[in-house]
Amino acid sequence: MTEGLSKELIALRIIQELGEGMYVNLGIGLPSLVSQFIPEDLEVVLHAENGVLGYGPVTEQQVDSELVNAGLRPVGLKPGASFFHHADSFTMIRGGHLDLSVLGGYQVSEKGDLANWKTTEEKVGAVGGAMDLIYGVKKVIVAMQHTAPSGESRIVKKCTYPLTGKEVVNMIITNLAVIDVTPEGLLLREIAPGVSVTDVQAVTEPTFIVSSDLKEMQLGT
Amino acid sequence: MINKIVDGTKQAVADIKDGATVMLGGFGSSGAPFNLVQAVLEQGARQLTIICNSVSQVAPLIENKRVVKLIASFPVWVIRSRTNPIEEQVAAGEIVLEMVPQGTLAERIRTGGAGIPAFYTPTGVGTELERGKEKRIIDGREYLLERALRADVALVKAYKGDRMGNLVYHTTARNYNPIIATAANLTIAEVEEIVDVGQLDPESIVTPGIFVDRVVKVPKRLSW
Repeated sequence: MTEGLSKELIALRIIQELGEGMYVNLGIGLPSLVSQFIPEDLEVVLHAENGVLGYGPVTEQQVDSELVNAGLRPVGLKPGASFFHHADSFTMIRGGHLDLSVLGGYQVSEKGDLANWKTTEEKVGAVGGAMDLIYGVKKVIVAMQHTAPSGESRIVKKCTYPLTGKEVVNMIITNLAVIDVTPEGLLLREIAPGVSVTDVQAVTEPTFIVSSDLKEMQLGT
Repeated sequence: MINKIVDGTKQAVADIKDGATVMLGGFGSSGAPFNLVQAVLEQGARQLTIICNSVSQVAPLIENKRVVKLIASFPVWVIRSRTNPIEEQVAAGEIVLEMVPQGTLAERIRTGGAGIPAFYTPTGVGTELERGKEKRIIDGREYLLERALRADVALVKAYKGDRMGNLVYHTTARNYNPIIATAANLTIAEVEEIVDVGQLDPESIVTPGIFVDRVVKVPKRLSW
């Protein structure tokens, strides 16, 4: 079975969900790759939970090690950027001011429950901003590999890992598919090039509703 | 004359007692008060309750077993070592770990400084972090009751300060620092530069000096 998209191509597909003027938070890991592919002519404002709006790429020469995103990666600033403290940062998040949050995931359930802060093997885990980022934000997209390294499905009937939130995910984008979470169930909208519906269903625990408008993921910009 | 400037970090932390609750700024290394933590380590205070975002800000205190309770959002041990002292000490019952979602942690500190004893938030509803917390339905939606956090001491890292305790910050090194400054009985700020009073534009001051007790000039230090 094909492995589907690389991380970079998943990030490129996510770009299609960005609109001009959106305020967007990108989680650590795979979602953070999205910031590298934002086209020059698309003005979105990236929010980092640790206190900056309007961050962007940075060249090695310009790195300021104190200026970092939530993944502790050095970033640069776009014109119009601003800094603020942690309580104000989460006012932006929890207070409903962000248009989109793109998060990583360990598991997403067919009802849109998300588990992304602790596995059952970890004794401690680390929640960070994840539990806040799912509330208030107008849309939540989970970007993740479709299966765990063990081959197990990450899209499940019920999460077995500790929950980050219940019924919070709107859309799932993986290396194999684009899926909407709807009240009727998971709607399979797009599949990766070289991947069949059967392939995707074989590694997904709940049964999909296959969209009547099912397409192949388009990645040309 | 108001003069909050203190001569060195040793003097700044001298009266931190065993058993103190200490809040620290910092998100990773960014905005972490390395010099003040070093001084606390050398001063020897133990049985500390630490409130901070993660662990790297207080790594030496944990390694030297000075901490009995950690209230944090992201207690991942990122420093390379054979063992994870957090997991070890938690398993051995030496450290009590209270995991708090980051936005809740920030708001608990903010309300601690603002005289608000508790507040409701949707964050954590339906997760294992709701255990033991009161829940309430407000306008048809479920919320958790969270209590404010205060500390005996706040260790702040700022960029510039003056003798009145006014502070400005540098980029994302700001993070928790302005809020912890309000929520402690004793707020100590380490700064890279002390400026004459009046030099900081009143429009740009992020932490008005009312919140700050001691200001100490330190060398710029961004790691252990």
